Amino acid sequence: MGEKHFKGQALSWQVQGGVIELALHRDPCNELGSLSLGEFETFAAALDDLEKDAHALIIYSELKPGFCAGADLRELYTQSHTMEKSKALQGVRDFLERIHRVLNRIDAAPLTTIAAVHGVTFGGGFELALVCDLIIADKMARFCFPELRLGLIPGFGGIPRLKRDVGNAVVRDLLLTGRSFNATKAQQIGLVSQVVSEGEALRAARATAAQIGKFDRRTAAAAKQFIKPVPFDELRKEIDIFCELFSRPAVQAGLKKFVESTDAQPYLP
Amino acid sequence: METAEKTLDEILTLAAAHFKVPREKLSPDEDFFKALGIDSLQTLDLLTKLENHFRVELPDYELQGVTDFRTLAARIQARL
Repeated sequence: MGEKHFKGQALSWQVQGGVIELALHRDPCNELGSLSLGEFETFAAALDDLEKDAHALIIYSELKPGFCAGADLRELYTQSHTMEKSKALQGVRDFLERIHRVLNRIDAAPLTTIAAVHGVTFGGGFELALVCDLIIADKMARFCFPELRLGLIPGFGGIPRLKRDVGNAVVRDLLLTGRSFNATKAQQIGLVSQVVSEGEALRAARATAAQIGKFDRRTAAAAKQFIKPVPFDELRKEIDIFCELFSRPAVQAGLKKFVESTDAQPYLP
Repeated sequence: METAEKTLDEILTLAAAHFKVPREKLSPDEDFFKALGIDSLQTLDLLTKLENHFRVELPDYELQGVTDFRTLAARIQARL
């Protein structure tokens, strides 16, 4: 039986008026590591029960810097360089398999899902937003896939989901340059459905969820299933490519420079 | 078309207001990380604020190594 309310170290949830609100609150900016993953797995397991009484899910951050800065690179680096190479690689693959299971579950949930984002929405954070049916962004939100700058590709399903939502030229621009987009640009290219004033994303998401609550749930779920198929084959391929790239010494060297950097602007080529 | 000096002045005013630093304490050739006391996440805030204000796109890689307001203004001016 899933809990209707949960308060964890990285995330919390509650259900109110048919809307599940999943709040992220792990300092400094909701980096996704083993702690967050464990709590996301608890959430995914609870969804079976939660969604019986809900029509929408809102994911948002309670932290000022932003929605989510992506994977916990410090944890990734620490684990990978203290382990024997094959064990480290297996650890990375296991982590990716687990987070894909969680994100695929949220992606296919028979609810309308909304990411209410502000500030930094980078890497794995962007991938979490892309799992949702709608992204509502405050005008200070910023989106980026910086992975190629460290010799990697996004590993939490970012490429297949980005390809599902926008044109290939945009995918290439974001991935191959590693540059970041603001909310206005993200709306222009079709990623973001609404741009709102600073601090207003959650309010707008709640208003949207209330509107969705007026519809027949079964119809909304059927429409979603038809409109938004989960690209399972490509998601699987992404894990394989990520793991192939991860084991190279250049990636380890890049991660080392990044995590050991104490500059105001951390190392990113 | 804004002049380079006007662009620079607007950046200083905007940065001072956003990070709550007295405008008169900021000078064009100063290291803005130190002057504003900001980290990498707050730098992204500044970038977004500037893009929204000037209605331009500033690719991150064009700002790599840029630490002073005057050079920042030149990068923005090149996209107006």
